[in-house]
Amino acid sequence: MISPALLDLALQFLVLSLLSIGGANAVIPEMHLRAVGIEHWMTDAEFSQMFALSQAAPGPNVLIVSLIGWKVAGIAGALVAMGAMCGPSSLLAYWVAHAWDRFRDAPLRIAIQRALVPVTVGLILASGYVLTRTNDHTWPAYAITGATLVAVLTTRLHPLWLLAAGAVLGALGVV
Amino acid sequence: MSEPSSTPQRVTNAALFVGFLKVGLSGFGGVLPFARRMLVEQRRWLTEQEFTEVLSLSQFLPGPNIVNASVIIGRRFQGPLGAILAPLGLMLMPLVIVLLLATAFAAFAEVEAVRGACRGISAAASGLVLAMAVRMAQPISRTTWQVTIGSIVFVAVGLARLPLVWVLVALVPVSLGFAWWRRE
Repeated sequence: MISPALLDLALQFLVLSLLSIGGANAVIPEMHLRAVGIEHWMTDAEFSQMFALSQAAPGPNVLIVSLIGWKVAGIAGALVAMGAMCGPSSLLAYWVAHAWDRFRDAPLRIAIQRALVPVTVGLILASGYVLTRTNDHTWPAYAITGATLVAVLTTRLHPLWLLAAGAVLGALGVV
Repeated sequence: MSEPSSTPQRVTNAALFVGFLKVGLSGFGGVLPFARRMLVEQRRWLTEQEFTEVLSLSQFLPGPNIVNASVIIGRRFQGPLGAILAPLGLMLMPLVIVLLLATAFAAFAEVEAVRGACRGISAAASGLVLAMAVRMAQPISRTTWQVTIGSIVFVAVGLARLPLVWVLVALVPVSLGFAWWRRE
């Protein structure tokens, strides 16, 4: 017997999988909308904590999906959500990869790539904005976000150091 | 393309699984650089050019980029089974670790320092995502139609919080139209 919660998780992430042009980070606003706004699986603060945990662990950004699944339905939820998020897009990648190689220089292929870049940029920027609004509630939090943004753009520091700096400042009670 | 290269014709299923398992474990703060190092520099499964092509296809397709890349590479060497084992290897350890982290966090969720650390990481990670957007925007910043499409997507999804499906259904065809009409 498959529980309704698992089915719901699967459905939500099967759809998100095919919408995530630009990767998991591009659909954070939509995940937030569905998980917090529509499905009421968690609060804003919990979503924010899951985002933090998924960033603190090694591995791809898509890990936040497994934490949402875990919150809703335990280990089974984590596996179902992750499988649903990666399944359809992986099938598409499997199927398209072969054809794509043969149209290396086709004008249509180049046009599709040029068309999707601005969509991806808009989506990632929206993610950054929604995350900042969801995660930051005090001016020191905004300052950490801003300082991280500037540090990434102007230095070659590894992102892990910036996350570690955020963790230390947070643990000291600054945020 | 038959340029001379030293990349292998076959990589075993076990090697695919273990190779991507290591990538998953090492990928702190973004997996792609580690994947490139393993695939191109250490094991030489792909040339630099091949890696770039796999990557650009993975980024264009929906889904997590690195998962797409592992599917495409797994398929190239071992067909369907490789296309399953490579992403499984990639995700296995990160999945275990993040769930352990979440379990540990749940036990200490009442400790103020732990909650604070979480808020600090979230704040910094938001900055990382914003920086990623700024970096990606640079190559298209001189093309008016691309800036316009990007801005509309941002306003629709980020500010107006419209459902993503409708935004993509409405804007992807428009963007395709521009890209085709303005092609060189």
